[in-house]
Amino acid sequence: MQPPAEHVHWLFATGFLILGLCLLAEAVVGTDVWRRRAWRAYLWPGLAFTLGLFMWPVMVFFTTSTLHMLAHGVWAEVLMLAGAVELALVRGKLQSQWWGLMLSAAFVVSGAAFLVHEQNAWLFQRSAFLHHALGWTMLTAAVFPLARTFRPRSQAAAAGFALTFVLVAVFLYSDRDTAPIFGHLSPQAGAPHR
Amino acid sequence: MNAELVSELEVPLQRTARARIVAALGPLTAFAGVVWAIVQPYRVTLLHPHGQGFWWLFVEPPLLVIAVGLLFYFFALPGLLEDLEGRHAAAR
Repeated sequence: MQPPAEHVHWLFATGFLILGLCLLAEAVVGTDVWRRRAWRAYLWPGLAFTLGLFMWPVMVFFTTSTLHMLAHGVWAEVLMLAGAVELALVRGKLQSQWWGLMLSAAFVVSGAAFLVHEQNAWLFQRSAFLHHALGWTMLTAAVFPLARTFRPRSQAAAAGFALTFVLVAVFLYSDRDTAPIFGHLSPQAGAPHR
Repeated sequence: MNAELVSELEVPLQRTARARIVAALGPLTAFAGVVWAIVQPYRVTLLHPHGQGFWWLFVEPPLLVIAVGLLFYFFALPGLLEDLEGRHAAAR
């Protein structure tokens, strides 16, 4: 009954897509309107925390090497930490704007984890390409939460932050267990799936 | 034209644009899912369900994308537009 790894990626992609759409809507209407209803205010931090929780069983059941396991463990920790900090900020338990840097740190740690745990080159197979692409995307996108910390009302930073999640969802939906990337598939990768 | 009048005319236009953009997010997402299903029909296992396991029938990416778009449109959008309009009414 255990789902194949690619299905787990697609389910996470769905979570990230919901998150991306909601953050995009918040960027368009403004944070003050978005937070007029409590469920909307808590949606993003709550979802981030929940995705972090779900990352633990992924770490336990779907990782095939120590490095892979450590990377997923790190994601679980930073997602939960970022979600918890954002929850406390929305609730008013934390006041300092500098707590926003936690999100930026979470992006950097996630990006580094992607890049460190992918041992193969970009065109080895699709998942290798996606690990590299996701890693560099997260590292580059760390600039958006950083900008939001210094300029909380910046619409560009908010939109960039939201679109990062949409892009991550697209990457995760593209993931297959074994598949070619731009016509390349290393013979060492194994037989491609359908 | 008086600058004050121009700014009064521009504000409702901007408001309408925001409401339109946010209202388009759900349908655009669902449309992307439909296009994906047409381009890669083999990723919709409901079209060829025989011999498929539970997870292949339950997790179908193009249908999930359509579902996310519809979910946003029917559950998140109405309240959001109401609150956006409420703020505009209060600002007037």
